[in-house]
Amino acid sequence: MDAEVRTPLVEMKDISIAFGGVKAVDHAYIDLYPGEVVGLLGHNGAGKTCLIKILSGAYKRDSGQIFISGQEVTINNPRDAKNYGIETVYQALALADNVDAASNLYLGRELLTRWGTLDDSSMEAEARKVMGRLNPNFRRFKEPVIALSGGQRQSVAIARAIHFNAKILIMDEPTAALGPAETAQVGELVKQLKAEGIGIFLISHDIHDVFDLADRVTVMKNGQIVGSGRVTDMTKDEVLGMIILGKCPPGAIPGPGAMQG
Amino acid sequence: MTSAAPGATSAAPDEPAFRRLLRATEVDTRMIGMIVALLLIWFGFNVYTQIQSGEGLFLTPRNLWNLSVQTSSIAIMGTGMVLIIVMRHIDLSVGSIIGFVSTIIGVAQVRILPAYLGLDNPSIWILAILIALVVGAAIGALHGSLVAYLGIPAFIVTLGAQLFWRGAAWWVTTGQTIAPLDGRFSLLGGGPHGSIGATWSWVLALLACVGIVASLYAGRQRRARFRFPQRPMWAEYLIAVVGCLIVLGATMIVNAYPWPERVAASWAEANHITVPEGGLFISTGWAIPVLIALAIGFAMTFLARRTRFGRYVYAIGGNPEAAELAGINTKRITVLVFALMGTLAAIAACIDSARLDSATNVLGQLDELYTIAAAVIGGTSLAGGVGTIYGALIGALVIQSLQSGMILLGFDSAFQQMVVGVVLVGAVGLDTFYRRRTAKG
Repeated sequence: MDAEVRTPLVEMKDISIAFGGVKAVDHAYIDLYPGEVVGLLGHNGAGKTCLIKILSGAYKRDSGQIFISGQEVTINNPRDAKNYGIETVYQALALADNVDAASNLYLGRELLTRWGTLDDSSMEAEARKVMGRLNPNFRRFKEPVIALSGGQRQSVAIARAIHFNAKILIMDEPTAALGPAETAQVGELVKQLKAEGIGIFLISHDIHDVFDLADRVTVMKNGQIVGSGRVTDMTKDEVLGMIILGKCPPGAIPGPGAMQG
Repeated sequence: MTSAAPGATSAAPDEPAFRRLLRATEVDTRMIGMIVALLLIWFGFNVYTQIQSGEGLFLTPRNLWNLSVQTSSIAIMGTGMVLIIVMRHIDLSVGSIIGFVSTIIGVAQVRILPAYLGLDNPSIWILAILIALVVGAAIGALHGSLVAYLGIPAFIVTLGAQLFWRGAAWWVTTGQTIAPLDGRFSLLGGGPHGSIGATWSWVLALLACVGIVASLYAGRQRRARFRFPQRPMWAEYLIAVVGCLIVLGATMIVNAYPWPERVAASWAEANHITVPEGGLFISTGWAIPVLIALAIGFAMTFLARRTRFGRYVYAIGGNPEAAELAGINTKRITVLVFALMGTLAAIAACIDSARLDSATNVLGQLDELYTIAAAVIGGTSLAGGVGTIYGALIGALVIQSLQSGMILLGFDSAFQQMVVGVVLVGAVGLDTFYRRRTAKG
């Protein structure tokens, strides 16, 4: 319960990034504790994906600091992030469409045989195991992932993120491409991972995706933090007000993006 | 094929026999199509020459042997072009690299190396080849760096390079042709002496057959270890038998091509053998450049399928952004792929100049287009992500068969070019049509 006295798993401080004069992220901050789910909410273009891509190494920040378990770290590319146990499920899924599920699962971290060649059989066997846990109906191991349904592709992407002992999992619009049953499945998965002590960032522009799963939410607007707080201290309508108007309710700690007055 | 569930090799009972065969053997339908097209071309030309001159000229040991030698240089480069195109790039410079590297080879082994090592030193040809490979790889790496680190489109980089290296080739020798080359080096080009003869050809063929059976067995073992579905036994036997028959049949053909009478006679004289009644029959056997091409085909298939590098090339081609996010150093892979292409072009330059026994700056003109055509006819998609090495090998054979056949028929070169152009567009058109249909399922 008393999460605040522990060292946060992730702490991003005073992060800014600009693209050609547009401040996509403007002095933003966010933190995450072990076994916690933090929802990052905001309109399309509010800067949430951008902020999180700095953590996952896809973008390089202009300024600011990142701490992992209290240590300041430098993340310049996705490989650095993975070395710190940060795994990401991207909005656009980030799968190589022309290769099969096992190859995608191990992309960039292939299993090798004694002779340094790809060990496809072991990778497929492992893929069968991990997919069996996530999505027992998954059978299409031999086909390029382009042939799979949205839900199946999503489970491949999630499998890839959790298979490598992630400590911090970033899920960017994880249910955007999914039907209701698959969305429920992802929800179950989030709870399961949380119970294993993994910290999860859940990014969405849809409050309903996040509210039931998250412990805390942080809301962004125009690249700035509007405010953050525990979901138990706020109602859905109040959070909606933060997203749409930038109006910070009493239950939340206001940020620089909060509507003044 | 879309109805086929993955891994389900057990056939539905009412499936047509041919489709069941394809599924059980797990053979690519596209490959079957290419082989059928190739056979159509071969038999078509044979029948045509039969009508025209009373005897079939195409399907003779002599023509097929020549065809194999002529195909090798485009085939070698085709294997590299597949990876380039899979990565959504293109290389228009390979023909000019051949010209430039060829003049370097000529100058090195005729003018520079003999000055230090003495004329006819046995290490000259090896050093010349090493120099060629290093120069080729460096040129390729340069192109790759421009593409990867400066973000200049590969089309532009290699278009400029095409002009640059062709011009540079002229400067190396100021346009002179250097001939003859080192005698040992010339063996790379094939010809009666650049072939391995009947005995060694059979030895290689038998080794290849053992290899086919062994790899099928190893594949079965591996699938059994992980309890993956197996091919039915009859399909395994069928693949083994067909594979061995192709190897042995091709060896029989190259062995049925004798040394030309004059070459055989002078060889007999040099070795104090009396020429028997009716001439001396010495089998040519597999030509060295063909063996090089086959070896490269295997090595490149291995690289593409069994190594990280190959996996990354395909992943980058499928989704460059995803590959980058997965932590793959896409820039480094780009440089490596172009360096590999440059190296293969250098090998092709060695073979081409050895075959002509001379080094000239105009060598390899238009080869970039034939190489791209070989890859594309072999099923490589210009949209990236899709393509096979064996496809490029067969594609090279298709292109060369067309040209060789038209030469046999006495078509003039203008008409040959027109036909190759039409075939290229037609093949890609058919392929696009086929893909669209299978995508709809």
